[in-house]
Amino acid sequence: MSLLRLALLSLWNRRLTAILTILGIALSVTLFLSVEKLRTGARDSFANTISGTDLIVGARAGDVQLLLYSVFRIGNATNNITWESYQDIAGRSEVDWIVPISLGDSHRGYRVVGTTPGFFEHYRYRRDTGLRFTDGEAFGDLFDTVVGADVARSLGYAVGDRIVVSHGTGRGTGAEHDDKPFRVAGILAKTGTPVDRAVYVGLEAIEAIHVDWQGGGRVEGLQIPAERVRNMDLTPKTVTAALVGLKSRITTFRFQRFVNEYEEEPMTAILPGVALSNLWSLVGVAERALSAVSIMVIVTALLGLVTTLLASLEERRREMAILRANGASPRTVMGLLTAESGLIALAGAVLGLAFYYILLFALQPLLDARFGLYLKVDIPGVREGAILAFIVLAGIVAGLVPAWRAYRRSLADGMSIRS
Amino acid sequence: MSDAAQALSIRDAAFSWEGGFGIEIAEFDLTARERVLLLGPSGGGKSTFLNLVAGITTPSRGRIEVMGTDIARLRGSRIDRFRVDSFGIIFQMFNLMPWLSAIDNVLVPLRFSKLRRGRVTDARAEAARLLGALGIDAGLHRQRAGTLSVGQQQRVAAARALIGGPGIVLADEPTSALDAANARAFLDLLGAELEAARAALLMVSHDETLAGSFDRVVRLDDIARATGSAAV
Repeated sequence: MSLLRLALLSLWNRRLTAILTILGIALSVTLFLSVEKLRTGARDSFANTISGTDLIVGARAGDVQLLLYSVFRIGNATNNITWESYQDIAGRSEVDWIVPISLGDSHRGYRVVGTTPGFFEHYRYRRDTGLRFTDGEAFGDLFDTVVGADVARSLGYAVGDRIVVSHGTGRGTGAEHDDKPFRVAGILAKTGTPVDRAVYVGLEAIEAIHVDWQGGGRVEGLQIPAERVRNMDLTPKTVTAALVGLKSRITTFRFQRFVNEYEEEPMTAILPGVALSNLWSLVGVAERALSAVSIMVIVTALLGLVTTLLASLEERRREMAILRANGASPRTVMGLLTAESGLIALAGAVLGLAFYYILLFALQPLLDARFGLYLKVDIPGVREGAILAFIVLAGIVAGLVPAWRAYRRSLADGMSIRS
Repeated sequence: MSDAAQALSIRDAAFSWEGGFGIEIAEFDLTARERVLLLGPSGGGKSTFLNLVAGITTPSRGRIEVMGTDIARLRGSRIDRFRVDSFGIIFQMFNLMPWLSAIDNVLVPLRFSKLRRGRVTDARAEAARLLGALGIDAGLHRQRAGTLSVGQQQRVAAARALIGGPGIVLADEPTSALDAANARAFLDLLGAELEAARAALLMVSHDETLAGSFDRVVRLDDIARATGSAAV
């Protein structure tokens, strides 16, 4: 009979305790992997919000603020940049492409982004992944709109639907551009980025819906019909920001300096990667807290394993002594106990992994829909693998504590041949 | 199994537990295939005697030779290996693994003794044969030891002691839980298997009525004396 079979039969004999211990470890592993997934998922989701854009240009502001409103649609710009400055930048020889962004309006809680069709061509996320339409196409008409995946899903929009843009970004402002409704021309595929939670219209459309507005309100007695607006000059006077792609990355810093020192008006150019990193360092305390929770979860699980093994050692003292009396060496007894704790840890780790995937499959759509947190279901990475291996190894080491106690006890201690 | 005429020889051996209780054994011999009943009162030091013979405790002085080997000189895993190679032990409480089947309990010594394993060609068949010979029906062979009756557990313990033909079987009051008729029947079955295995038997008991089943009866008081303030 092999030691492994002995260990398995012994475990089966104490199956209730063993199952509870395995469940304890499994839940800890699940919790650990889930926390790790949330932590890395949040970071990846964050870091992958934008890629392929060399610079973001806006009015003079802090790096983080410019990033927040231009990419995450959080907060508002304190100022805009003039169309002339925008044109000047766009005309520079270093610039490969430039996409303007104009913010300020909303639709049922979602931000409206005035831009050009170039946005759908040049915006990249998650390591150079381009935007894709699940239905329809980019706007071709002045009053066409493209909606992000979350907007389409939550509001139930399909191509051809009519929507009305509200003035301002607050919910329920009551100021609707209802005289100039938009037609949904395209629906973007899910990206797991703020792109999903925005409504896109042409830059000229932003001008068009505001021709009869002034100072945040409709001009009294003036209402210019949509058809008449089409014939007007809709060149914007300002834009909120611009995404810039350069022909050569080598010129990035030189071009950034050019923008930052632009004499006509104060502007800021930021490197998205650097700004993302700065922003993450601000919110990174949450990540470190999650890491600490992960470690505490695993330490608690291992302490539980050692406690269970130590507690079961008393009831197994006689069992070990019987084996000793029948020729098992102290080393064999140690091997048996460590094999057992290793098996418990392995079973706990495997079960925990299974629970984790079940949980991930179940919660992924909910997290995506509710929090915009896209957690990709993939096989555990090297780090998770190393940690699972560590748990099994730690289980074996944890088994050494009671095994060492059993080793040090003499044969007579556990079973004297009493008469 | 050894063919040496002298299976066990003890000369001037002594052992003390912490606290001073102990035993001094002047002289004791057991020849091969001999069956000896060691009689002594409860608490008279029979446990310590068997512990010394089995190498479970180490004497502070003297010689304990088992088939020519001074076990007092063996240390670590060598004494464990020597014990399982040389002895089959039937404990008073049988000490079976309750969660193993009857047949798996019988097979345990073969897991740790290469010598005894080498003496049987088909371990499971031999374990089944021994169990059958000792009165355990085939239907009980795969039953968990913990679910067997006291008498059945005793027979399983005897089969475990006999498998692989150890030179000496040590038995610690294995009949204490049985009435006289069943005790006699058990000893008859054990005797037959000892004969087949050509093994010696050293059994300790306080029951003088068992004397008829043995070649020789030795009183513990005649060969040893308890030391310290209380016997062990």
